Amino acid sequence: MNSLPVWPIILPLSGALLAILWPRRSARIGLFASLSTLFATGLLLWQVASQGQLIHPLGGWDPGLAIVLRADALATTLLLMSSLVALAAGWYATAYFENTTKQSQFWPLWLLMIAALHAMLLSADLFNLYVTLELLGLSAVSLAALGAGRAAVEAALRYLTVGLLGSMAFLAGLTLVYTRYGTLDMLSLAQVIESEPATWLALALMSTGLLVKSALFPLHFWLPPAHANAPAPVSAALSALVVKAAFYLMLRLWLDTFQSALTPAASSLLGLLGAGAVLWGSWNALRAPRLKLLAAYSTVAQLGYLFIFFPLLMALPPGPRYDAAFGALVLMALTHGFAKSALFLTAGVIQQRAGHDRIEGLGGTARALPVTTFTLALAGVALIGLPPSGAFIAKWQLLSSAFALGQWFWVPVVTIGSLLAAAYVFRVLGYAFGTGEGVAHALSNGREELPALLLAIIATVVLGLGSIIVWHFIAPGALPAESF
Amino acid sequence: MFFTETIYALTGVALFGLGLRGSLLRRSLLGRILAINICGAGVFLMLVTVAYRGPEQLPDALPHARVLTGIVVAVSATALALALGRRFRETESE
Amino acid sequence: MRLETWLPALILLSSLVPGLVIFLLREENHILRTSLNLVGAVMKLGLVGIMIWGVFHERVFETRWTLAPGLDLVLHADALSVLFVTLSTVLWLVTTVYAIGYLENGPHRSRFFGFFSLCVTATVGLALAGNLFTFVIFYEILTLSTYPLVAHKGTTEAVRGARIYLSYTLAGGMLLLVGAIWLHTMAGPLDFAQGGILGDIDGLDTTLLSWIFLLLITGLGVKAALVPLHGWLPQAMVAPAPVSALLHAVAVVKAGAFGIVRIVYDVYGVEFADSLDLLAPLGAAAAVTIIYGSVKALSQDHLKKRLAYSTVSQVSYIALGTAIVGPIATIGGMVHLVHQGLLKITLFFAAGNYAETLGIHKVSEMNGVGRLMPGTTLAFTIGALGMIGIPPVAGFISKWYLGLGAVEAGAATWVMPVLVASSLLNAAYFLPILYRAWFRDLPREWPTPPRHTRRLETQAFLLWPPVATATLALAAGLFAAAPYSPLEWVELIAAREYRQ
Repeated sequence: MNSLPVWPIILPLSGALLAILWPRRSARIGLFASLSTLFATGLLLWQVASQGQLIHPLGGWDPGLAIVLRADALATTLLLMSSLVALAAGWYATAYFENTTKQSQFWPLWLLMIAALHAMLLSADLFNLYVTLELLGLSAVSLAALGAGRAAVEAALRYLTVGLLGSMAFLAGLTLVYTRYGTLDMLSLAQVIESEPATWLALALMSTGLLVKSALFPLHFWLPPAHANAPAPVSAALSALVVKAAFYLMLRLWLDTFQSALTPAASSLLGLLGAGAVLWGSWNALRAPRLKLLAAYSTVAQLGYLFIFFPLLMALPPGPRYDAAFGALVLMALTHGFAKSALFLTAGVIQQRAGHDRIEGLGGTARALPVTTFTLALAGVALIGLPPSGAFIAKWQLLSSAFALGQWFWVPVVTIGSLLAAAYVFRVLGYAFGTGEGVAHALSNGREELPALLLAIIATVVLGLGSIIVWHFIAPGALPAESF
Repeated sequence: MFFTETIYALTGVALFGLGLRGSLLRRSLLGRILAINICGAGVFLMLVTVAYRGPEQLPDALPHARVLTGIVVAVSATALALALGRRFRETESE
Repeated sequence: MRLETWLPALILLSSLVPGLVIFLLREENHILRTSLNLVGAVMKLGLVGIMIWGVFHERVFETRWTLAPGLDLVLHADALSVLFVTLSTVLWLVTTVYAIGYLENGPHRSRFFGFFSLCVTATVGLALAGNLFTFVIFYEILTLSTYPLVAHKGTTEAVRGARIYLSYTLAGGMLLLVGAIWLHTMAGPLDFAQGGILGDIDGLDTTLLSWIFLLLITGLGVKAALVPLHGWLPQAMVAPAPVSALLHAVAVVKAGAFGIVRIVYDVYGVEFADSLDLLAPLGAAAAVTIIYGSVKALSQDHLKKRLAYSTVSQVSYIALGTAIVGPIATIGGMVHLVHQGLLKITLFFAAGNYAETLGIHKVSEMNGVGRLMPGTTLAFTIGALGMIGIPPVAGFISKWYLGLGAVEAGAATWVMPVLVASSLLNAAYFLPILYRAWFRDLPREWPTPPRHTRRLETQAFLLWPPVATATLALAAGLFAAAPYSPLEWVELIAAREYRQ
């Protein structure tokens, strides 16, 4: 079934339309759409695993004209993560939003965001990427503005203006590409790209736009207020998926399409900014008074780790070492996606029970909400990068590549970042296990606590013990020929 | 006509630059939104310039399609920004 | 399902599965919880017995699971891992019994025993680790699972003590991790091999290897309480007595010392490490720690703090043994792993009994205790005598071999004074306690009126564990020449280590 790549986009999109038509049933429609999207993604994953990369031109038109959908191992893996996180967060959202008005506002935007995200992951054309990027941005902003109060609207406005500027830069960049090369199809561009000033300028413009959207230090300033003030399920998706999507585009452009045009200086710059993000984000997370603000700064820091991979990947020639590092990058992105969404969902539970999410007022949480506290601990372990989480293994590979290439500088950065992460995670856990009546004890609602728990288990246990699957699927070149 | 193309292209770049400057420096939300729209206009102009293939041939349709798509996106984004701005003003007066 | 592939994993699961189930049990369900704990401990003991037999007959037990390219999780049973696993299993069983008695009617018991089981799983995993990667994984899991135990009481000081513990151990863990990754990148996936592997690989930069050694030992030294990295240990005394007992005898401190043993013997190889001049600084650090710990112990009136500093001092005997080249010193250091475990856990059990039954926390309050609690005090006496090094209790054997090994290696000039001084200091801070307990009169009033109304001086669950471990310590000394005694086993390890 070669039209399989279409379904992960069509299903949430139709769901969005139906949710607008029938607002009272929006939650049910939304969950059904999420479930079927997950199913379709699973099928797609299966097919890509057995037959390799799938290319599907929409409408059957020629590659030059058509909108081409491309499903390869990387895209499909991220698609799976997105579907799982969306399902879990959506399931939680049915318990989070008290009244049907909020639900009926939430679901169409949510499903639209998911559709845009999936379309972006599957696009193979630069302009298509721009359109999906904008769609994603607009729906994310609207969702962020659903939060209560002025702060949410203000943060959403800032997110919007900054995001639009980023998109403009991206658009300008791709116009330059078209002027120079006459095509925007990523698959054919990769063959003809040359290293020259016009291409550098184009890449710089597009990258700046993407860096704004992925909140790389120092362009991260919009993220903490936006993610901290949005409703909890929205924050989960924003941190775990939306920001990750912009990063995914950076990966595609730098490692795939524009690879021939890169210079070591450029990738080192990205690495340095990533190092700054790790230290600045972790430090601010430690000082954050609120749990959701902590989680937002933690996202800034964790994305920094992902950017540190760039100078390492650039310096490695294609081969087993490169594949090992690339697989580690994907593993780290996946672990963060699941762990961060779990963290935001638990923050939501706590906020609704306690009326606030001030960290110092969290006393008694362990007694009142044992499952949620356990989830918090599991997610925290994955964020710090301790075993048995997938992030530990990814971090090992990161440092190993740094040592192998002689790029010592990253080692103290990653080490300090991990220690700071441990400090801010255990600060929260310390308060949660402490005495106090901050969180009222109430009957545990499965819908509220289970989605987060499942996400955290995936991050810390599944991706920890089964991590080798990531390499099998995405970067099999890293594995010795004898292993199956 | 190479000269015309250059003028168009440079105008596009200039508009982009002016819009960028405006969106970063303007204080009012409306001003910033308008500046972003000017940014967009600049890029669209650049795209239109690329589409021109000379007096003999028909212009390249793909950039035209992109400009149209871009206009739609820009309008939606502007609408959202204005709606949010109004909501912001309403919460301010509460 | 070949036994050779699954036995190590099963040994881990025998405490992991009960632990996970216990987390889900409600507080009142104490019968099920107790049964799960005991069944798990006994099963583990049985499985370990099989392993002992197998390793003695040179069978190979290995579980291998690939986590990443070039990174395998390996659980491998060699003679040294079997030694540590047996110690952990036996002491876990005893401590579980003690903890059941100690925490009776206390809050959050399900949480406690859940983390308790996780802690043992991590210790056993660490013991069975077949390469540095696996060791580091379980080392960190150990940190994570012991933190809630230290903070169990939930009071401000408990949380504070736990936070200090965590900062030290996580920082140490990072150093260990960085060193391990560096070594792995330089020399490949190093499975532990008796006799060490680094010496056989050509083309390795020896300066870098020395730096890596420093990183690894410093990281391990935090848990092993080498001076000046020992600061967490006295702070961790806020934990309930069973936790202190376990942490000091088996789990955390021993994990650090065990790690040092592994690095020196099975990664670098003792002769290779000596050739790089790495053993001398290690020996110096160990010597300083031995003396410093004993000196600080003298000035402590709080009983558990005195025992804490005693641990700081005694565990470094193991490091001292590794720093001296030669099979006899090796035997001395390694066998002290077992002996110190048995002795120290006895002492902590006794201290816990005094606190629980009589409300005594300080040495100055211990006058005449021997008359009220003779069983506990007898166990304490045996433990103390062993620490000082008086035959026939087991501690004497370790010191004898260490001294003999030093003479053989020509290091007698600095080692003997340390051994003698430390024994004297041990006597100086233990004998007064014994004198007070047995030969002083009972005070008029007790801080807490004695709670016992039955024949036994305290609850059965609190009394039998220290008696049992004291008996084992005595037996390890008396029957040291018998087959399967700790000493015999360690001699086997040393023989295999030095025969390449």
